[in-house]
Amino acid sequence: MSTREPQDARLEPEPEPEAEHEPREAQPGPPEAEHEPPEGEPGPQAARDPRRAWHRLLRAGAPRATRANALAMLLAGALGFAIIAQVRQTSIEGLENLREDELVRIFAGVDRDGDRLGDDISELESSLERLRGQSTNEEEAQRSAQQRLEALGILAGTAPAHGPGVVMTVRDPERQVTAPMVLDAIQELRDAGAEAIQVGDVRVVADTWFTQADEGLSVSGTVVRPPYVIRAIGDGNTLAGAMEIPGGVSATVRRAGGETDIQISDEVEIDALLTLSPPQYARPVPTSTP
Amino acid sequence: MIPTLGLALGVVIGLLLQPAVPVWLQPYLPIAVIAALDAVFGALRAILDGIFDDKVFVVSFLFNVVVAGFIVFLGDKLGVGSQLSTGVIVVLGVRIFSNVAAIRRHLFDA
Repeated sequence: MSTREPQDARLEPEPEPEAEHEPREAQPGPPEAEHEPPEGEPGPQAARDPRRAWHRLLRAGAPRATRANALAMLLAGALGFAIIAQVRQTSIEGLENLREDELVRIFAGVDRDGDRLGDDISELESSLERLRGQSTNEEEAQRSAQQRLEALGILAGTAPAHGPGVVMTVRDPERQVTAPMVLDAIQELRDAGAEAIQVGDVRVVADTWFTQADEGLSVSGTVVRPPYVIRAIGDGNTLAGAMEIPGGVSATVRRAGGETDIQISDEVEIDALLTLSPPQYARPVPTSTP
Repeated sequence: MIPTLGLALGVVIGLLLQPAVPVWLQPYLPIAVIAALDAVFGALRAILDGIFDDKVFVVSFLFNVVVAGFIVFLGDKLGVGSQLSTGVIVVLGVRIFSNVAAIRRHLFDA
């Protein structure tokens, strides 16, 4: 480069290429340190003409392979690069560039949102807890009610039952087996822990009654003909033993000319059902506990 | 022409490389960019005034950038970084506007 001072770097308006560096002592303009004069200072007269100005601009932009031009290109490239970098940086930056009052506002908003969401959470949690408790209670109640229903159904004869037990067949070719004998057998079975009993096709429950009929037995009004098949669910060995005790059911039947056959089974089906009719006279006594 | 080409090249390179501004440079880069813009507009005006000089342009460009960065650095150290940044931006903005006004008068005679 040249040796002159920037103050001297006034190029003639007319015959430039600007990139050349002949030092010229041009008119002693205001001594600005940089190449842009202060605002309001009129430029050189020649530059006042717009056509010349455009011309000058074009000429200045003409590519010339000088070191200064390359340097200017380098600087301009760096500027473009820096602009893009900064734009990108600004676009990916989050809260760093915000002013204090904006940050305070955002912070307050976030705080409020957090409070609201926290309230929501606790509300929903308590609601969930309540519902979960309710459903547990309801399930519990339903389960116990179901168990009661099943137990009562077996007891009342409205539900079929199955399980281990005995099947006793009473053959009575001479028609000497009477209703009291069968009733005794039922009582013995109950005594031995039978939980569900069926005679023929009739379920034996609390209000079952036996009486003699022309062709056999009348069980709660249903005629059952011999051989009488008595099914009972309970502990098979206990039930069979209760039938076989000396002087017991089997012995009585044998004395009357019949014979009994007891089979212990792991799976006895009690499938006869009764239909409950509401009691006509009996009313439950209200109790404090349900 | 050549500087315009350089600017476009820089923009393209920036777009391609997707540079991440290093943390230590982050406070200074915006101010430096504004300062460099000021130098560029000053150079444009100097061209139109017929007093353009490459060396002056290069020196003023670099010097503007360095001084702007130094002022911000000093402001950070003194605890008035943001205010000083604002002041520098305002000053450079005023200069850019005045330069642009001169350029406009040259080019459009208005």
